[in-house]
Amino acid sequence: MERDEQEPTMSEPTKTKYDRQLRIWGEVGQAALENASICLLNCGPTGSEALKNLVLGGIGSITIVDGSKVEIGDLGNNFMVDAKSVGESKAKTVCAFLQELNDAVRANFVEENPDSLILTDPSFFSQFTLVIATQLVEDSMVKLDRICREANVMLVFARSYGLTGLVRISVQEHTIIDSKPDHFLDDLRLNNPWPELKRFVESIDLKTPDPIAHKHIPYVVILVKMADEWTKIHSNNLPSTREEKKEFKDLVKSKMVSMDEDNYKEAVEATFKVFAPRGISKEIQEIIDDLYAEVGSNSSAFWVMVAALKEFIANEGDGEAPLEGSMPDMTSSTEHYINLQKIYQTKAEADCLSMEQRVKHILVKVGRDPSSISKQTIKSFCKNARKLKVCRYRTIEDEFSNPSVTELHKCLASEDYSSAVGFYILLRAVDRFAATYKRFPGQFDGGDIEEDASLLRTTALSLISEMGCDAYELPEELCNEMCRFGAAELHVVAAFVGGIASQEVIKLITKQFVPMLGTFVFNGIDHNSQSLTL
Amino acid sequence: MADLDSPPQSKTRDLDKLLLRAGNLVGPDFYPGAELRDDIRDYVRILVVGAGGLGCELLKDLALSGFRNLDVIDMDRIEVTNLNRQFLFRLEDVGKPKAEVAAKRVMERVSGVEIVPHFSRIEDKELDFYNDFNIIALGLDSIEARRYINGVACGFLEYDEDDTPRRETIKPMVDGGTEGFKGHARVIVPGVTPCFECTIWLFPPQVKFPLCTLAETPRNAAHCIEYAHLIKWHEVHGGKSFDPDEPEHMKWVYDEAIKRAELFGIPGCGEKHNTAIASTNAIISAACALETLKIVSGCSKTLANYLTYNGGEGLHTKVTEFERDQDCLVCGPGILIELDTSITLQKFIDMLEEHPKLLLSKASVKHGKDSLYMQAPPVLEEMHRPNLSKPLYDLMGRVQKDTVHVFGTALKNEEKHSSLTKLRVVFKGADGVTDMDTAIGA
Repeated sequence: MERDEQEPTMSEPTKTKYDRQLRIWGEVGQAALENASICLLNCGPTGSEALKNLVLGGIGSITIVDGSKVEIGDLGNNFMVDAKSVGESKAKTVCAFLQELNDAVRANFVEENPDSLILTDPSFFSQFTLVIATQLVEDSMVKLDRICREANVMLVFARSYGLTGLVRISVQEHTIIDSKPDHFLDDLRLNNPWPELKRFVESIDLKTPDPIAHKHIPYVVILVKMADEWTKIHSNNLPSTREEKKEFKDLVKSKMVSMDEDNYKEAVEATFKVFAPRGISKEIQEIIDDLYAEVGSNSSAFWVMVAALKEFIANEGDGEAPLEGSMPDMTSSTEHYINLQKIYQTKAEADCLSMEQRVKHILVKVGRDPSSISKQTIKSFCKNARKLKVCRYRTIEDEFSNPSVTELHKCLASEDYSSAVGFYILLRAVDRFAATYKRFPGQFDGGDIEEDASLLRTTALSLISEMGCDAYELPEELCNEMCRFGAAELHVVAAFVGGIASQEVIKLITKQFVPMLGTFVFNGIDHNSQSLTL
Repeated sequence: MADLDSPPQSKTRDLDKLLLRAGNLVGPDFYPGAELRDDIRDYVRILVVGAGGLGCELLKDLALSGFRNLDVIDMDRIEVTNLNRQFLFRLEDVGKPKAEVAAKRVMERVSGVEIVPHFSRIEDKELDFYNDFNIIALGLDSIEARRYINGVACGFLEYDEDDTPRRETIKPMVDGGTEGFKGHARVIVPGVTPCFECTIWLFPPQVKFPLCTLAETPRNAAHCIEYAHLIKWHEVHGGKSFDPDEPEHMKWVYDEAIKRAELFGIPGCGEKHNTAIASTNAIISAACALETLKIVSGCSKTLANYLTYNGGEGLHTKVTEFERDQDCLVCGPGILIELDTSITLQKFIDMLEEHPKLLLSKASVKHGKDSLYMQAPPVLEEMHRPNLSKPLYDLMGRVQKDTVHVFGTALKNEEKHSSLTKLRVVFKGADGVTDMDTAIGA
């Protein structure tokens, strides 16, 4: 396997410190983290915990924006402050304690109230890769979202409120090449072999009398041959019904001459690869059919490559994406295995070359430098062509003013989802309450909690009506609990919510793995948390 | 400086809202008030097992959730590769005992908390040590360690005559596990929820693996096995019937179950890839600490009882309510057998064959660590043979009641199975105990 030409080098001590995470996102991912600058709004425990995880992971730089001073109450929920810091700037204190966790990170702070900053200096945010906005109310969320979309800065919201909370990514578009799914079928093309593979398979005799040779024929060969035999008798169709699949499996089994033929056992286990549909998945089809695949001079590298992919599939790909090229381990003679490997590698390389030419051609067509997308990038794209992902997020404003009613009703109908919807609505309702009454419901002891609960309920009901789901009966218990929470920021909830936020940030910055869609609503009562895509 | 005009703030400003205020979706014994908060602070003791990725987070989380009396046990020393997530450690701490540094750092930061570190193996502690804690929070990375603590905690459990667990002997545990972007958090209340061992007996002893679970509608780990057993078995093995005694069969079932479990990103199953990041540890520990607070205080309903988490492909959390195995060898009461003090070991073994719930033939008998009788191999059979004519009461040290394990061939649904069963033996006629209805003594 050739080394990535552009792999950055790391000093030895750094490499071992990050060892356990390099195994996940590699040096390329690590480099992306180290080149990123993060802005945190509000450094209560939610923000501090989110940032802690990123600092430990080696994020490039952090800038904390918070205008408050450390209070005694903060000593009970924030690990990044201590008794000596009471009365000091919270941003300064948290910054110093976070810096201790990793001296490779550049840590700064700005003593200012984030809500004010959003109003008075929107251009402040343009300098960052990503903003983590914690504990913002609706109004500020909408404003900040506009600013960040305009400046093309990624945005992640996180909120802790009693035993509930939320995390929401807001980015116009996030494209992923290296999505690293947990489980993905290998690309053996047993259901659609190409000429070179067919020729190789034909050269091997399954009926060989030599028992050693018989049990060292790799299952790829066995299945391609048997699939070919089958299609010849079945008007060129592969097994599709349950009976046919069973019949095919039995057919494969019947070729075994002795009990210890692992290659045949593997072939039986792998028959499902023959039944898999040919061509590309619905998801990839949607991507190549996307509007953005019609590229222009401003298109991103991703979409230029998608345009090339579309051409490839329609022409030399013959309905298939570029071959991924790797082969899993299997029982085989060394000679057969190496020969097979070569065949797969050769086709993958040829497909990739084809793609390169198409990419160059498209770049020229849209008036761009044909070498502006590297060979390395195209190679990675080809390897991951079946696993591409595109994530898009509505603006906060759109979601708030026009939530998907169908989605809401679907969630409300499900027992699992309904409490999440309840909390989502209540989180918005408490912000409206605060805008009217200048405090959160139940925020202060000595007030009338019952009255607050009643006022909160009224606010929530009008919101529900606005959202178009009048039929929803907001459970009274949930509403009362929300008042009981009184906008408390509990450390454990902050750590959970902040943890989720930090993980999403990592995925967004490394451009690996798949970020969450929608709004994650945390339910700390029974842990029946859910993501709502409204 | 603090504003002199405003009333002195409480350090527990946020926690107070949960502990001092009445709530709606709360535990059955929730008595909100300052007393509850103060009692937790002053009297509740929590043990954190492990001071690594999860342990560091747990200590911080618990210290900031109103707990003041913590202990932490870990036998390891700090290594450089820990530093990307075990945030209580610095480069200059490499080589020092994790438990000691972790305790020191949290105490420095959170004033008032007392953390006693134990730089030792969990097996080296007396059982009484573990009994001193209200809750045991596990931040472990091995199955063996989890099994050990589970065995200890469930060992404290006692049952009433009507098979209900005695409340004061229940020692709850919260257990977390992580790997890469995946993790789990579970609540174990011995005698109430499934314990760690509850379904491990299904698997042959030579295959070392964790409790295999499903994050779908099947509610029992046994269903995972059943799935592989009933549905896919026949697809692959045709007419051959499943034999749980056949190690190859069981291994196949295990492998299938693993594959299915991996589909749901359930950690703890399958190989360890040794990947670890701060965020997953933070998430799982937070869930565990939250449950600890809820169990102790009753301030909200608790997790019932297994949370799985996968953050690699989108974000997925799922709660599954698993059911206990009533016959669990570790947390179950064991089948009640009442005997006369005169009954010999041989007579006892004969009785097991007739016992309607057991129908166990060719039984070997074990009392704690002592084998009282072994059917095989011949050398050991001969060695233990003299015990057969002695009274079981004497062989068991003349205690009025105790647990024994019996192993033999059981008849279930007209099929023979190897079977290991836990029995609760109670002797009548010892210390003037009166007869009970279910006696089967001669």
